[in-house]
Amino acid sequence: MTLVLQNINRAVDGITHLGDINLDLKPGRLNVLLGPTLSGKTSLMRVMAGLDKPDSGRLFVNDVDVTGKSVRDRGIAMVYQQFVNYPLMTVYENIAAPLKIKGLPSDEVDQKVREAAKIMHLGAMLERRPNELSGGQQQRTAIARALVKDSALLLLDEPLANLDYKLRETLREELRAIFHQRGAIVVYATTEPHEALLMGGTTIVMDEGRILQSGNAVDVYHAPRSVRVAEIFSDPPMNLMNGNVRNGKVTLENDIQLDLGGHMAGLEAGSYCFGARANNLSIKRQTAGDIEIAVSIELAEVSGSETFIHALHNDLSMVIQETGVHSFSLGEKINVYLDPTRLFAFNADHGGLAAAPGMTPEEIKTSPHANTETEVKI
Amino acid sequence: MARIEFQGLAHSYETAPQGPSDYAVRRLDHVWEDGGAYALLGPSGCGKTTLLNIISGLIHPSHGKVIFDGVDVTGLPTEQRNIAQVFQFPVIYDTMTVFDNLAFPLRNRQVDEPEIRRRVHEVAEMLELEADLPKRARGLTADAKQKISLGRGLVRSDVTAILFDEPLTVIDPQLKWHLRRKLKQIHEQFKLCLIYVTHDQNEALTFADQVVVMNEGQVLQTGTPQQLFEEPSHSFVGYFIGSPGMNFLSCKIQGENAIVENMPIPLSPDTAARARKSDKAMELGIRPEFLTFNEAMTPGAIQVNIIDMADLGSFTLVNARIGNQSIKIKVPEGEQLPDHQGWLTFPPNRALIYAAGEAV
Repeated sequence: MTLVLQNINRAVDGITHLGDINLDLKPGRLNVLLGPTLSGKTSLMRVMAGLDKPDSGRLFVNDVDVTGKSVRDRGIAMVYQQFVNYPLMTVYENIAAPLKIKGLPSDEVDQKVREAAKIMHLGAMLERRPNELSGGQQQRTAIARALVKDSALLLLDEPLANLDYKLRETLREELRAIFHQRGAIVVYATTEPHEALLMGGTTIVMDEGRILQSGNAVDVYHAPRSVRVAEIFSDPPMNLMNGNVRNGKVTLENDIQLDLGGHMAGLEAGSYCFGARANNLSIKRQTAGDIEIAVSIELAEVSGSETFIHALHNDLSMVIQETGVHSFSLGEKINVYLDPTRLFAFNADHGGLAAAPGMTPEEIKTSPHANTETEVKI
Repeated sequence: MARIEFQGLAHSYETAPQGPSDYAVRRLDHVWEDGGAYALLGPSGCGKTTLLNIISGLIHPSHGKVIFDGVDVTGLPTEQRNIAQVFQFPVIYDTMTVFDNLAFPLRNRQVDEPEIRRRVHEVAEMLELEADLPKRARGLTADAKQKISLGRGLVRSDVTAILFDEPLTVIDPQLKWHLRRKLKQIHEQFKLCLIYVTHDQNEALTFADQVVVMNEGQVLQTGTPQQLFEEPSHSFVGYFIGSPGMNFLSCKIQGENAIVENMPIPLSPDTAARARKSDKAMELGIRPEFLTFNEAMTPGAIQVNIIDMADLGSFTLVNARIGNQSIKIKVPEGEQLPDHQGWLTFPPNRALIYAAGEAV
């Protein structure tokens, strides 16, 4: 199956839910929709599923225009963030329901149900009813039902959001393996950058109903085409600093100076927004070229192997991710170090990517996925 | 504020419990110090919510006592315990303004209006809710609503403890940072006793000074985030804390070494001495963060086969095999990655030994 969306728009009560969506989804490919709550992920899936009609634009399945056609018989399975199960049926019957509707022989139904239940760690729960299950077990039942359907289009809307952290870790790996084996188009929505990287495939970054960027997960992460994409694809948040380029020098936040060199050498004079991910800042000098930034400590959070240091440079709030355990007192003054080869530069006017670690301005202009010449908005 | 103590506490939902498996919480003595920031961490069904409900008085324990500042409150109902709670989904009055929501617990206690205004503004300022005070709660975002739930606990001056049950579940990742930071600042400022229930190790470790790890109705280990990360007392804790969790390799002990797949891995003399005293099934436990690749063969390094690698942004996760056993290694961004094979070093002070699941 192929699924093509052309110039899809949809508004509800005058508010844009989807704005000019263009996508070309191929079979056997995992597509991860990454964006904050209300960015349009669910709206987009509902249009793909045929549950909602776009106001304008067209939807093609296998090159046939299905815009506005009924959802039935399209071979779609969808898992919602808020799980839906049949309350009067057992877990077994819930998973088996779509197969029975298809009229599959009962031994085949049995084999498929048990296989899906095993993957979802539900083997011991098959005779229970949904009200005897925890929220996570109910969600796993809903996922198992979607998996047995063997649909050509599988839509999963933040399917793991309500599950235990460790279970999420295991299921992510197993789901990824299942998606790889199938020829289906899988669309998977998440708010978490880390999950998008772990799932892999194509990441489609959404914000306010629009697609900001799409491409291989790692490529988008390393070359976000706008400030907004970088913000959405960074957790902890990316450190953003105002700055300008003049006479071969970069000035950040009015008082931090460095030479214009490396991947930024080709930056034209002007104003920029510079970005550094938290793991590229350190409390220790790592290289001779590191820039020193004086900060005052707001808070240090220890996560066992790492410390997240929240600090202020003047009024600018920064996050530093440091390996190991470090403690500080509130208000303590320290220096942190930033490796300039890890800096992103975004155009101050439209937010488009101007330079990225390992990518010069010239390379970005010619890169098909990071190119910002066309319709980038902050 | 108070010190909360459990004495011989246990709880079963069965009317006639038989063995330990009938208990949602197995026998437990524990002290929650006044002013402590605690996290209660474990998978669903481990008994953590039952413990929280025992503190708040929603559940009456089948055995033992709950003591607040030396006073036995086991028989007291929730409303007499002065416990504030923040739940997974914000519980607020949608039709009321934010101000009235925050004032609600004070009005219930007949606090006079000038004092109410003073307290509400103080808390609203701290939570950055001042601009929202005249607004109705209905239209607010999930994180603003959750701040109101928290604010309703903070306005009261008579609160014993604030209990949080998975409070960040419905909050976006970027806002989670903001709220967590707010919570920590409030704790530093007011030194309240905060107990935070979660299955999410990141939330538990970043929030708490002391983390209580539970599984199957038992407290397995209580410690600082660093202790739980570096010295898990139980293999479950090693697996549950950390992402991915600790690697476990079945091994034998010979002298100062652990033998994994016929290859010696040097241990610290203390660990080796303790391990030699046990005759149970042995596993070597090591965190993916503590393993390092060498460019070439060095003494003590082990040769491994690389299965796959995933670039996860700030690090690369390497899946490798030693003989028939698999092992995960976290390599920080920018460091040299191995090819098909690599030489892996196990720092002896980071290699721990577990005998039948317990640290030696």
